[in-house]
Formats: sequence, C-alpha cells, structure tokens
Amino acid sequence: MSEKPAEIMFAQACNMAMAKAMADDPKVILMGEDIADEQGGGVFKVTLGLSEKFGTDRVRSTPISEQAIVGAAVGSALVGYKPVAEIMLMNFITVAMDQIVNHAAKLRFMSGGQTSVPLTIRTTTGAGTGLGGQHSDMLEAWLAHVPGLKVVAASNPADAYGLLYSSIMDPNPVIFIENTPTYFTKGPAPAPDHVVPLGKASVPREGSDISLITYGRGVGASHAVAEKLAGEGISCEVVDLRTIAPFDEETVLKSVAKTKAAVVVHEAVKNFGTGAEISSRIHEELFSELKGPVGRVGSGYAPVPFSPAIEKAWMFSEDDIEREIRKILG
Amino acid sequence: MSDTQMADKDVMIDIFTRADLIMQSDIKFRKMIGAGQLQIVYYPVRGQEVVSAAMMAAVNQEDYLVTIYRGLHDQLAKGIPSKDLWAEFAGKMAGTCKGKGGPMHITHPETGVMVTTGIVGSGIPIANGLGLASQLEKDGKVTVCCFGDGASNIGAFHEGLNMAQVWKLPVIFLCQNNLYSEHTPMAFATSSETIKQRGDGLGMRSVRVNGNDASEMYAAAKEAVEYARAGNGPTLIEAMTFRFHGHLLGDTGHYIPEAEMEQALKDDPMPILRQQLLDMQISEADIAAIEAKNAAIIDEAAQYALDAPYPPGDEYRIDVLDVEIAA
Repeated sequence: MSEKPAEIMFAQACNMAMAKAMADDPKVILMGEDIADEQGGGVFKVTLGLSEKFGTDRVRSTPISEQAIVGAAVGSALVGYKPVAEIMLMNFITVAMDQIVNHAAKLRFMSGGQTSVPLTIRTTTGAGTGLGGQHSDMLEAWLAHVPGLKVVAASNPADAYGLLYSSIMDPNPVIFIENTPTYFTKGPAPAPDHVVPLGKASVPREGSDISLITYGRGVGASHAVAEKLAGEGISCEVVDLRTIAPFDEETVLKSVAKTKAAVVVHEAVKNFGTGAEISSRIHEELFSELKGPVGRVGSGYAPVPFSPAIEKAWMFSEDDIEREIRKILG
Repeated sequence: MSDTQMADKDVMIDIFTRADLIMQSDIKFRKMIGAGQLQIVYYPVRGQEVVSAAMMAAVNQEDYLVTIYRGLHDQLAKGIPSKDLWAEFAGKMAGTCKGKGGPMHITHPETGVMVTTGIVGSGIPIANGLGLASQLEKDGKVTVCCFGDGASNIGAFHEGLNMAQVWKLPVIFLCQNNLYSEHTPMAFATSSETIKQRGDGLGMRSVRVNGNDASEMYAAAKEAVEYARAGNGPTLIEAMTFRFHGHLLGDTGHYIPEAEMEQALKDDPMPILRQQLLDMQISEADIAAIEAKNAAIIDEAAQYALDAPYPPGDEYRIDVLDVEIAA
C-alpha cells in the first residue's frame, strides 16, 4: 500500500458514482446521447463501461432530442425510477427548459405532494477550450432561480463522487454541473462509501481576513489567490458551496461573520449571477459588520468568445479575484 | 355510422355513463362560473365527451394517463372521483392536489392520472417516461397521452413520438382533433392534412377515426391497447371531434364559421350515443337512471367543492422540495 492516497480524475469520479448508484439501486437508470458503450460511452467517456456492466436497458443511448430525454426521465421518475439524464452540454438544456422548469421542478408541488421527480440531470460546460458561444455557458443562475430544483457543482473528484451519488439518491430534481476543462484534473480518491450531503458547503481553507465564496472551478482559482496572498500576510478563507441551490447560508454567514469581508467568485457572467444573490444575503444579515461591500467576480457581459485572446479577457481570472480582495481590504 | 361493429351492450353502457358524467359536469361548471359561484379558468369539453369515455373504457384504472389543460373529460373518464376533482378545480384543500394544482394541473395517481399540463404538447415526452418504466418493470401497463391537434406543431411532439417508436414504448398518443388550436383553425397552422400523416412519417402505427362514434373510437382504443400490451409499441390515434365552445370560458368562438358550428351541433355525439343505447334495447328508464345518478354525483361534488375550506396560505412552503421550505 502506498502512503499517498490514490488519485483519480474528475470524470472518473462521476463514472464511479454512477456505477455505485446503479449497483446499490436497480431503479437507477441512465439516458443520454451516445452514452452506451457501443456509441462510445459518452462524448467525454464519463459513462464508459456502464452499459457493459449494467446493460443497455439501464444505460440507454437516445436520439438527439433533449426535450424527449428530460421528459422520459421525468415520467419514469414519477413512478419510482431514479433516472440520470445526461444533457451533453449545458447550453443544450435550453432546448429542454420546458421539461425542467415547468415539469421536473413543479410536479411535486402542483400535485400537492402526490408525486415527486427524483431526477438527476448531469451536464458539462466551461470556457477556456475554444468552443465559443454555444458550448461553454454557465447557466446555473437560471436554474437556481426556479423553486423545486437543486443545483450542484463539485470542485474536485472526491466531492464529485460524493455529490453525484447524493444527487442521484435525492428525492428532488437535481442539476449536476460538471466542468469540462477540469474533467481530467486529478485529486485524492474517495473511499467507496464517501457521500457528500446536498446543501452543505465546505471550508477547504480557513482564514481570518476575507471569505472567498465560490464553487466549481472558482474554488481552485480562489485557492491559488489565497496561497499567493498568504505570502503578504493576507489570510483568505475559502468556502466551497458545493450545492448552489439551496445554498448553505449558515456556513457562508458564519464565515463572513468571522472575516467581516467577502468576495463571491464564479465563472458565469457576473450580471444577475448567483453572486448577486449571495452577496445580497450577506449584506442583509451582516451589513454593519462588514469592512466594505461584498465583492463579486464573474465573467464579462458577453457570450463566450471563440478567439483565445478574447476568451481569456472575457473570463474571470485569478487577477480579478486578487484585485477585488485588495479593493475591499484597502 | 362507421362499418365498425357496434361494441357490446355493457361497453356501450359504460361509455355512456362516463360520457354523460362529463357532459353534465361541463354544463354545471359553465353554469356555476357564469353565475359567479366559481371564479376559475375553465376550458370547456362539451362535444369531446365520447373520445375520452371510449378511450378510458378500453384501459384499466392502473394504466397511466397524461393530459392537458382541457382535460376534464379525460380525468373524469379515467375515474377521478368527482368530489376530489371539483374541490381541486375550486382550489380547495380537499382537492386532489390540495388546491395547489388547479384545473390545469390535475394529478391523481390512484386512478393513473400522473400529469395534467398547461403547456401544449409537453406531456408527450413525459408519457414516454411512464411507458419506459412500464417496459422496464414488465408490468403490462399502457400510458394514454391526450393532446389536441395544435400539439402536433410543437417540437416535443416530433421528438416524443420518434423516441417512443424507436424504443417501442407502450404509449397511446391520443390526438383529440377538434380542428382548432385555441382560436386558429387547423388548416391555418398545420402543414399536413391529417395528424395521422405525421405519425406515419415517424414510422408509427397510426389511425384516424371518428372519435365521436363510440363504437369506432372504442375499437381503435382497444386495438391500440392490445398492440401496446403485447410489446409492439405505440399507436397514434387521431380522433376527429369538435369543441362546442370557445377555447376557454368567455371566448365566444367567433372565429368558428356559423355553418361549421351548426353542422357540429347537429352531429352532437351525446344524443347520438343515447339513441344508440335505445337502439340496443336499453330502456329509457335505465338510461334515465344513469343520468339521474350522475346528476346526483355532480350536485354533491359541486356543493362539496363550494363548502370545503381553502388551504392555509402557509401551504406554499410544502411540497416545493421533499422538506418544508423555511418561511
């Protein structure tokens, strides 16, 4: 046995979580474009090997029909299945928004609790790969705004494993956002029974001067900035939301009550983003204690550009985070 | 009269009983809304009774139904108890959905009514999911998915029927073609002459029937149910019918040509069905007894809905997620 824990990739962690969920519960089924092994195990190979193990009845490649995929997932969820629908890229959920917003999110409520939709929609996205305007959007704020949906984004392989498992087993519809550019980054492997509860943030780095509240890819960037500023004696605390909706207000407020300053960091466009909601909540609760207004870091007000030079300028960066921290701390 | 053999006596009585309940309910709803006793959105179903009554007479209570906002006929035909349904239409706590769904969003799993949607055509992909579950469970259930002709112009129709056919799902797509999508006549908005052609184009077993003829409709329904239960896959039934009132209550239907409406009223399926019963030697007294029983059920349901209390305002915090939402 090596002393260092084995490392796994983010994509691999998602694969392992689905394999465990399918082994644990025969009602877990997967559907999505190209996801069965004969079609390649998904364009990013996240479902590779699962149809071989569990059969194509439970791991179903579908037509290119996002409404039909999510609809079939909703319908089967209504009668006891725990479907995991893969929407290949987050931009394609726009095609299925009726099924997600009007049906998956509302059927429990509109039926007076007679039915529920224990559905997970896995989707991947992220800028920095030169895919341009229609394959890289972060649309979590739209979904977080809809009552009845949970929205999850992991920042490392172990969390991805534990959060995806929880998402599949959750009795509510969950949107599970994976980050394409970080699919092949490695992190410590979780124990097979590692479960991360939904709705609970983590504090992967403690600090005393300012709280960096973030999720997904923002966590790595925030860590890097925190590390850099530590050399100057600025102590940053990093809060990884892990679940965006419903967000863990208690952990966020506890952190900011301690540091008296905060920056919310996300990859999505800053305008009307989740940062606006989180910073507003902090202001409502802790306004008089704050060293300065809560900062927000997000990407520019434009579609994701194709040319690497513009894409880089548009995207949120470690420099942006550092600048925002210095602005608040003076 | 079609060349379909007349369904047997018991079936015809069953269809008539369901259809009459629908007709009387529709009349009563319109009357009460008109009198200001109920203030609700209402999509009249008068004229389309037989399609639903015959379809639901061909399935079992545990089979699934997905329908749309003009769904009263489907819901009653499938067997939702009138009291529960009326209370939900009125927004009361005693309703099927605690008043949180309302007329456009009826769910009642006990009678297989899994979804009623206010979004045209969007129930089709969901019906596939119910069918998929039955296929995986091998439980022999079929799913009936009702919609109108207008729904065949939404993308979900094409995606949904394609997937159902590719996966051979046990779903019956029942298009109740009343020739109008809201205020727009079919010819104005639909490129194909029939909806059946669209099913044909998707490689699906597709039939077009006079939905207002109980025997013809029942035969088509039964055949589709047997086909699905045998594992052969879906059927699209285009059931021709008509809507005697506007899109929703308050709409006078000014866009329906007078001659068309006159002819439709002459072809009213309800008196025709009643006469068919008489022709089968079912006595006037027996028919009148069914009508009286239905009338009593509806009177009781309507009074129950009026008397029942509204849900407490706080109820909005329940059923959003599986746990209560903080105030």
